[in-house]
Amino acid sequence: MASPVPIVDYLVLDGDPHLVANECTRCGARYFDRRNGCANAECGGTEFERVPVATAGEVKAFTIVSFAAPGIPVPFVAALVDCEGTSVRGNLINVDPDPEHLALGMKVRLATYPLGTDSAGTEAVGFGFEPISN
Amino acid sequence: MPNTDSVWILGIHMTKFGKHPDKDTVDLAAEATFGALADAGVRMRDIGVLAAGNLIGGGGLGIGQQLQKQVGQTGIPVYNVANACATGATALRTAVMAVKAGECDFGLAVGVEKLAGAGLLAGKDRKADADTWQPSGRYGAVASVDGRIGTETMPGVFAQIGMEYGHRYGGTSFELFARIAEKNHAHSTLNPLAAYQKRFTVDEIMNDVMIAYPNTRSMCSANCDGAAAAVVVSGEKLRTLSLDQQRRAVKIAASVLTTDPWEEACQVLPNVNTLTRNAAATAYEQAGVGPEDLDLVELHDCFATAELVHYDNLMLCKEGGAVDFFESGATWRDGTTPVNVSGGLESKGHPIAATGIANIWEVCHHLRGEAGDRQIEGATVGLAHVIGLGSACGVHILEKAAV
Repeated sequence: MASPVPIVDYLVLDGDPHLVANECTRCGARYFDRRNGCANAECGGTEFERVPVATAGEVKAFTIVSFAAPGIPVPFVAALVDCEGTSVRGNLINVDPDPEHLALGMKVRLATYPLGTDSAGTEAVGFGFEPISN
Repeated sequence: MPNTDSVWILGIHMTKFGKHPDKDTVDLAAEATFGALADAGVRMRDIGVLAAGNLIGGGGLGIGQQLQKQVGQTGIPVYNVANACATGATALRTAVMAVKAGECDFGLAVGVEKLAGAGLLAGKDRKADADTWQPSGRYGAVASVDGRIGTETMPGVFAQIGMEYGHRYGGTSFELFARIAEKNHAHSTLNPLAAYQKRFTVDEIMNDVMIAYPNTRSMCSANCDGAAAAVVVSGEKLRTLSLDQQRRAVKIAASVLTTDPWEEACQVLPNVNTLTRNAAATAYEQAGVGPEDLDLVELHDCFATAELVHYDNLMLCKEGGAVDFFESGATWRDGTTPVNVSGGLESKGHPIAATGIANIWEVCHHLRGEAGDRQIEGATVGLAHVIGLGSACGVHILEKAAV
């Protein structure tokens, strides 16, 4: 059986699952997409290296989405998470999607979940952030 | 005597916003154009440049040329512009730049959209997931990321923008955001051109259909049809026109367009704050006025959560003070800085490319003393703001003519 594939190429599944960023070798700016150059115009760098992103973070913003694209179960929680200085977009998972169970500033950590299996039997894996229970 | 260095709005018009099932984009754009030309007292043959926007739909040749074929073809340059929800402001700014550069005396800017019944707008087109997992695109994604890695829906993105403000400064709540929508819906009852003119209670707003917490349906901008157009003129030319034209002309004291400077996180969750603050700072400097001089503000309340952050971004309040500012009643039509007395995008409606000119139409009407029942008495200076996600921000400061 083929090994699972990550939903995006910046999710690394080997060992402890974590995200990687493309970090500008000149100014340290971090990006998740394929890069042509650094957006920091003061920098002008064009070289990047893949660096691991902290898996624990704090919720800076969230919304509970009730209307979404076809095939996306609702409601779900979309969030912006500050992972030790690197901002990451992701869903909050393993938590009830209601305002009583969510809070700005809540501590979360990266978690993965199966997205489904394609016609060739390969599983895809998604990621989100789950609350760190005290 | 008009300031000859400035560019002025000579004529401006907006159509009724709402459902226009029997009119296409060209019909609406033509109606706005003829209205603006009549208001200005000029004809199409006088116009030296046309800037036009129609963000959604359209197709084929640009809306500008399609419009010319119905209102007058004179061979002038046409700029078809697109800048998301800042498209209308971009069209106006393009016409202003041409006049300011001395290329012509009169410019025309038009924005039009047919959006009634468009439903939920997402940030990007979604593709159906493939039969097998195949990485593609700049994230090497094997499936659509919208909804799986955060949200790209507009109500969801702007909900997070409001929540982030609450995280930074505190004081926000579901009810607070609902009360911002309550204000704009109350204001809309005085605007006969608004798509919706219905007052709602806070309870009704909070118990409306939830779209993306904390934004319910009545806290979201209303998709609708509409167009707006403006004729601009150089100060030098204006001096040669009739006294009535000079008296009704509105000075464009500042015309500014900005985009995002790079900051950490700005490519993760759109940052609508920095570019708006930058645009406002430049506009106040250009106009030589401060936020305390503004008699009214039309700002981009695409969602109730967005209006709050723009009080701060436009420096209407002290930094971090948007909640207290709203709680003081300042932004109601009888407050110190009336905001969105038109009803705003939440009730007047948001036909995307028309919005950036319609906001200016609203401010102009008050400065001319022609706003009828909803006139802000004695208004002499106003500000119009729009933001297009991605992002582009337009800020215009307008002043009543001194003659």
